[in-house]
Amino acid sequence: MGGEATKAISKEILWGGGRSPFSVTYGKMMMWYFLVSDALTFGGLLTAYGFARAGSEDAWPIGEQVFRALPGLEGEYPLIYVALMTFILIVSSVTMVLAVEAGHRNDQRGVVRWLFATVIGGFFFLGSQAWEWSHFIHGSGGMFLLAEEVTVTDVDGEQFTLNAGDAVYMDHHLGDAVAKWREGDLTVSMHEGHGNVMFVDNGHEVALETLTLNKYVENESAVSGADALKLWNARSENFAFGANMHDSEYAVQQSYANFFFFITGFHGFHVFSGVIINLIVLIMAVNGVFERRKHYEMVEKVGLYWHFVDLVWVFVFTFFYLI
Amino acid sequence: MERDDLLVNDSYALNAHHSEEEGIKIRKNIVKVTVLLTVLTTIEVLMGIFFKRSETFTWTAIKWTFIIMTLVKAAYIVMVFMHLGDERSNLKRVVLAPYLVFIAYLIFIAITEGFGHLSLFSTFH
Repeated sequence: MGGEATKAISKEILWGGGRSPFSVTYGKMMMWYFLVSDALTFGGLLTAYGFARAGSEDAWPIGEQVFRALPGLEGEYPLIYVALMTFILIVSSVTMVLAVEAGHRNDQRGVVRWLFATVIGGFFFLGSQAWEWSHFIHGSGGMFLLAEEVTVTDVDGEQFTLNAGDAVYMDHHLGDAVAKWREGDLTVSMHEGHGNVMFVDNGHEVALETLTLNKYVENESAVSGADALKLWNARSENFAFGANMHDSEYAVQQSYANFFFFITGFHGFHVFSGVIINLIVLIMAVNGVFERRKHYEMVEKVGLYWHFVDLVWVFVFTFFYLI
Repeated sequence: MERDDLLVNDSYALNAHHSEEEGIKIRKNIVKVTVLLTVLTTIEVLMGIFFKRSETFTWTAIKWTFIIMTLVKAAYIVMVFMHLGDERSNLKRVVLAPYLVFIAYLIFIAITEGFGHLSLFSTFH
C-alpha cells in the first residue's frame, strides 16, 4: 500500500504553515475556491443552453419577445422588467460592498445599516423573480399547432404558407376562454357560424378576431378576419397554455422553458440562500459578535458570495435574455 | 486546529483595516463603478430592444458588443466589489485562470455555434 503519501519528506521543502501563501485566511480562500467551482456549474448550464439553442431545428424564442410584460399593465415593454431586476441586484451589490467597507473601519452601525439594505434588496429581487415565473407559467394567451397546411395573409399583406405542426398564437382574452373551454368548463361555450367564432364565458363574449404568428421570434405578424378563421379551422388537438414541465407555449420544443426554469431557478436558489446567510450575519453584527472578534471578515466572506450572485446574473442576463 | 477567524494577533483580516480618509476614497470609487455598471446595463437593454436580428453582420457585431460589455461589467464586479484587485497576484491567478479558459470556451459556443440559428431555424415566411 505504501506510496508517496507515506514517504518521509523533508520539512524544508514543505510549506510549514504559519503564514498563508495567499495572505488570506483559510475561510476567505475556501470561499474563493467554492465560487470558482460554482461559476463552472453556471458556465456549464449556459453552455448547455448554447448547444441546445444552436442544435434546435425550430425557432428559438428571443428575450425581447418573451419578456415584455409589466405587472398590472397592458401593452408591451420589452426587457424592461428584466432590466429592473438587474438594477435591483446591482444596487444590492453596492450596498453590500459598502457594508464591507464599513466593516474595514470597524463601524458597527454602518455594517448593520448597509447589510440591512442588502437583505431588503435581496427580497425585492426574489419577489420580482416570483412574479416573472408566475407570468411565464401562466403565459399570455397560449398557442395551438396546425393539423394541415394553410396559406394566409397577415394584416400588412405578407403571405405565409404554414405547415402541419406550426404554431399559431392567441391573445390572452381569447386564450383564457379557450383554455377553460378545452378543460370542459361548462360556463364557457363556443359558437361557430356567420363567418366567425365566438366564445361565451359566463355571459361575457370573446370573439376570434386576431391570431398571431411568430409571436416569440423574429417577424411577429398579426392575422385577422377570414384568415384568422382559416387558421382556427386548421387547428390540431395540440394546445399549450403558458409553460410547465411538459408543455410550453413559447416554442414547439420544450427545452427553452426547461432552461428558463433551471437556470433562473438555480440562480434564484443562490439568491435565496444568500439572503438567508446575509440575514444571519446581520443578526450577528447587531449582537456585536464581530465587535468582540475585533474584525468584520465574516461580512467580507458573505459579501464575496453575494457579489458572485450578482456576477452570475450579469452572465445570465446576456446569454439568456439578450443574445 | 485553531480557528483563524478568532485570531486577533497577526490575523490577515486585520490587515484589511483602513482609516476614515481612505474610506472616503474607497466609497468614491464604489460610486464610480456603480454608475458604470448602470450605464452599461442601460445600453445593453436599449440595444436589446431596438436592434432586430434580421441582418446577419449587424447582429453578429451586436452579439460581440453584448459579450464585451458583459466581460467589462464582470471585471469591475470581481476586481472592485469582490476586492480581487487588492489580493496577492498568486490568488488572482488561481481564481482567474479557470474563468478565462472557460469564458473563452463560452464565447466560442455563443458565436461560432450560434451562427446555426440563422440557417437552421425555420421561421415562417
